[in-house]
Amino acid sequence: MADLVIIGGGPAGMSAAIAAYKKGVRDILILERDGALGGILQQCIHNGFGLHKFGQELTGPEYALQYENQIKELGIRYKLNTMVLSITKDKVITATNGEDGIFKLRPKAIILAMGCRERSKGALNIGGTRPAGIYSAGTAQKLVNMEGYMPGKEVVILGSGDIGLIMARRMTLEGAKVKAVCELMPYSGGLARNIEQCLCDFDIPLKLSHTVVEIHGKERVSGVTIAKVDENKKPIIGTEEYIACDTLLLSVGLIPENELSIGASVSIDKITGGAAVDQDRQTDCAGIFACGNVLHVHDLVDFVSDEAEIAGQSAADYISGIKEENIHINVETDGKIRYTVPQKITKKKDVTVYFRVADVYRNVKICVYDGDTLLLAKKKVKVAPGEMESIKLSEDMLANCRKLQFKLEEVNA
Amino acid sequence: MYDVAIIGAGVVGGMIARTLAAYELKICILEKENDVAEGATKANSAIVHAGFDAKPGSLKAKLNVQGAKMMPKVCEELGVKYKNNGSLVIGFHDEDKRTIENLLERGIQNGVDGLEILDKDELKAIEPNISDNATAALYAKTGAIVCPYELTVAAIGNAMDNGADLRTGFKVCSIKAADAGYEICSENDSIKARFVVNAAGLYADEIAEMVGDTSFKITPRRGEYILLDKECGGLVSNTVFRTPSKMGKGILVTPTVDGNLLTGPTSVDMDDKEDKSTTAEGFARIIKEACENLNCIPFHKTITSFCGLRAVGSTGDFIIHSPRSGFINAAGIESPGLTSSPAIGLMVRDLLMEGGLVLREKGNFNPIRKPMHAFREASDEEKNTIIKKDAAYGRILCRCEGVTEGEILEAIRTNPRPSDLDGVKRRTRAQMGRCQGGFCMPLIMKLLAREMGVPCEKITKRGGNSFLITGKTKEEI
Ligand SMILES: Cc1cc2nc3c(=O)[nH]c(=O)nc-3n(C[C@H](O)[C@H](O)[C@H](O)COP(=O)(O)OP(=O)(O)OC[C@H]3O[C@@H](n4cnc5c(N)ncnc54)[C@H](O)[C@@H]3O)c2cc1C
Ligand SMILES: Cc1cc2nc3c(=O)[nH]c(=O)nc-3n(C[C@H](O)[C@H](O)[C@H](O)COP(=O)(O)OP(=O)(O)OC[C@H]3O[C@@H](n4cnc5c(N)ncnc54)[C@H](O)[C@@H]3O)c2cc1C
Repeated sequence: MADLVIIGGGPAGMSAAIAAYKKGVRDILILERDGALGGILQQCIHNGFGLHKFGQELTGPEYALQYENQIKELGIRYKLNTMVLSITKDKVITATNGEDGIFKLRPKAIILAMGCRERSKGALNIGGTRPAGIYSAGTAQKLVNMEGYMPGKEVVILGSGDIGLIMARRMTLEGAKVKAVCELMPYSGGLARNIEQCLCDFDIPLKLSHTVVEIHGKERVSGVTIAKVDENKKPIIGTEEYIACDTLLLSVGLIPENELSIGASVSIDKITGGAAVDQDRQTDCAGIFACGNVLHVHDLVDFVSDEAEIAGQSAADYISGIKEENIHINVETDGKIRYTVPQKITKKKDVTVYFRVADVYRNVKICVYDGDTLLLAKKKVKVAPGEMESIKLSEDMLANCRKLQFKLEEVNA
Repeated sequence: MYDVAIIGAGVVGGMIARTLAAYELKICILEKENDVAEGATKANSAIVHAGFDAKPGSLKAKLNVQGAKMMPKVCEELGVKYKNNGSLVIGFHDEDKRTIENLLERGIQNGVDGLEILDKDELKAIEPNISDNATAALYAKTGAIVCPYELTVAAIGNAMDNGADLRTGFKVCSIKAADAGYEICSENDSIKARFVVNAAGLYADEIAEMVGDTSFKITPRRGEYILLDKECGGLVSNTVFRTPSKMGKGILVTPTVDGNLLTGPTSVDMDDKEDKSTTAEGFARIIKEACENLNCIPFHKTITSFCGLRAVGSTGDFIIHSPRSGFINAAGIESPGLTSSPAIGLMVRDLLMEGGLVLREKGNFNPIRKPMHAFREASDEEKNTIIKKDAAYGRILCRCEGVTEGEILEAIRTNPRPSDLDGVKRRTRAQMGRCQGGFCMPLIMKLLAREMGVPCEKITKRGGNSFLITGKTKEEI
């Protein structure tokens, strides 16, 4: 048995476990389907992790190791190669592995930290053939960084998400020729620093407002046809261009892996694809918490760790029966701001609200209203969907608040 | 010297092989691809048609009805999923209504049981998500669904367990008369057989020509599909067809036996027998028509799309006959070929017998094959007993479909053995879920390489040059 079971041993699961331990929970068990702790960080061998958290640039495995070492020092239990099959509303977990077979657990609290998966080609309905040589960028990353195999030699990348950008550089360093990165939107979905360091530094063309319209090749990919798209994202006839290549990598979005959460009847936010949570990262199923990429897709692991600490501490409070005064404030958005996490606030205390915008906007201010009353405004020269934003609300702002509205307003020059 | 060589390892060749495996015969199945079920058999609607569609008196009508009746038992013996979910032909206006009445009439003539016409309310009562514009429907209670590639793998596996040989990568290039039979040659190999069955799908005309039979032609007709996530599989329980019109049969919507939602097929005549590409126009048509059939289909839940080629025969009917002594055609097997396949097996057996093949039943013929999904369907206690013996059954490799390493290894070691990733996929469903192999592909590649004793560089997606990786890192700088 365990008081707290954490599903997923990536950065979110590990931080949450450590935070809960530090708040007094001793009976903790992490379940991880992979053969090692660390989650997706294991395959992210590039630099750029931990700048916020540790003040230095670490690689993914180095960042993960910091937490893994703590887990081991504290003696927090974990089971590897263990796949959780289902969770019920009343917190019964069914899992399987080679040693224990299929087994059940009924902890006092659960933290969901399952991460996300990549959107596959299927969802895109690209016409043409279905040859070998089409990989999601993360699969390619795993092949190159973990298995030591090259997925191909001449590459086109569809989608400019961060993993795609990182892989453009990685494949180039390994001797492959990355011929183009095509992005459907008029802007990249990745971090500005990645466009600089992964594309510009290697002269890899980024073709904005472009998509792949046809895949060629019977056995192995032999090329792709790309085309420019109009403002409705429809390919413009006459702009087609053939690029010979043997590999197509897809970096077309990440989807939080919430099949287990849905099975436990946790309510899902349609926009984030993750659970709807309060400031404690508690879902609408009491005692079930969520953090990391399973909650919403993050750009930086540092924020994942922060979020997971909140979830771990809150789960510890929940287990020890601590209850604070309950309020209920819904956080609403205007569409230009696509979503916020948390989606609701139930305690009067300082809270940082994370959010993403729907498009690239310049010279704007982020405004937080309670009804007609402006509580807070923060000016930004530029905001983009690829970069998560946050804003801190203080306890006294929430004092008499009934409904929070997040709006993006223009700043008149 | 084989008694019978069967050219083509699709569902038709497979069912013929399994039928013949019950007798004291040496049988060889020849297939040009790297695996079985690589032709029309892997990309179709997967419907066991009730039999109201084909022209009365045709071979199609007769074998459809007979095959549909045989299918439940065949599937049970072979451990293949079969679901009697029912079929509906929905109509939107008076002309459709008249066509539906004609179909009912046809069905009765063809000997189909349990047909009835439903009005709008009755239709809505059994399928609440059907379009509000549908006014009537033909309801065929005997309509069913199966998994066509699973059926074929199982039929050929069962034939092999009973002594038949399978040669993949054997593309028949010529057939010569040889002492008391034929010599069948590929580019670099040959076998001899007393009798030859031509079940080569799209290429059946070319095979027939090798023995001088030019009485028919086969032309390819494209059919594209979109497959949706299991979340959507419950939108309908029956297979929903539109009323056929001058424009053809239109787009159907059906659950699959594995619980996904399948919509398609388009219908476009082609020249190239190898062109299985999908098109933007095809997708647009599927989405438009499917959404006319049902009130709301969440196409953003699409997990894959694919295309199959119908082998349309020039005679308008199945072509099953013996044009030369010792040579049988099973050609032009377009829809309802999957449904008819068990009956085609019997008909070809009888033609062989008429042609002089002596049939003696095997005393030890075993018609039963262990279901490929036995572990998946076991109870937790049963699973734990298996895991205790073999821990590989506790390790899940394909997260989306929940397929264990044990199941994958079992598939790799069972007749007919797969030797590429798609072969593993069709047998186990690993890589068939919502992430389409993004996570488990590298693991399965390594497992397959280990089992086959080759390096990963040699593993393909689908035989030929469909290699997955181009080498080791750092090698190429
Ligand atoms: C009744 C029925 C049910 C089916 N159910 C399913 C199902 O549940 N799930 C499913 O996936 N398919 C399903 N299929 C389709 C199945 O894949 C068949 O084999 C299909 O006929 C495809 O044949 P193909 O040659 O077009 O594609 P195949 O070669 O068999 O498969 C191509 C698929 O692999 C994907 N793909 C291609 N390259 C890569 C790559 N490098 N990495 C990852 N993915 C890649 C493509 O997106 C495409 O979806 C079903 C088919 C039928 C008839
Ligand atoms: C779009 C579509 C939808 C359909 N829907 C249905 C349905 O819902 N219900 C139904 O009952 N039927 C349906 N059908 C029909 C059904 O799929 C076919 O009738 C059936 O799969 C045909 O099986 P087969 O074995 O004859 O052909 P195939 O599966 O095409 O097998 C022929 C085999 O022969 C091999 N071959 C060819 N040439 C050579 C050579 N020279 N040497 C060696 N091997 C060779 C090929 O590689 C192939 O594997 C549909 C078909 C299509 C295309």
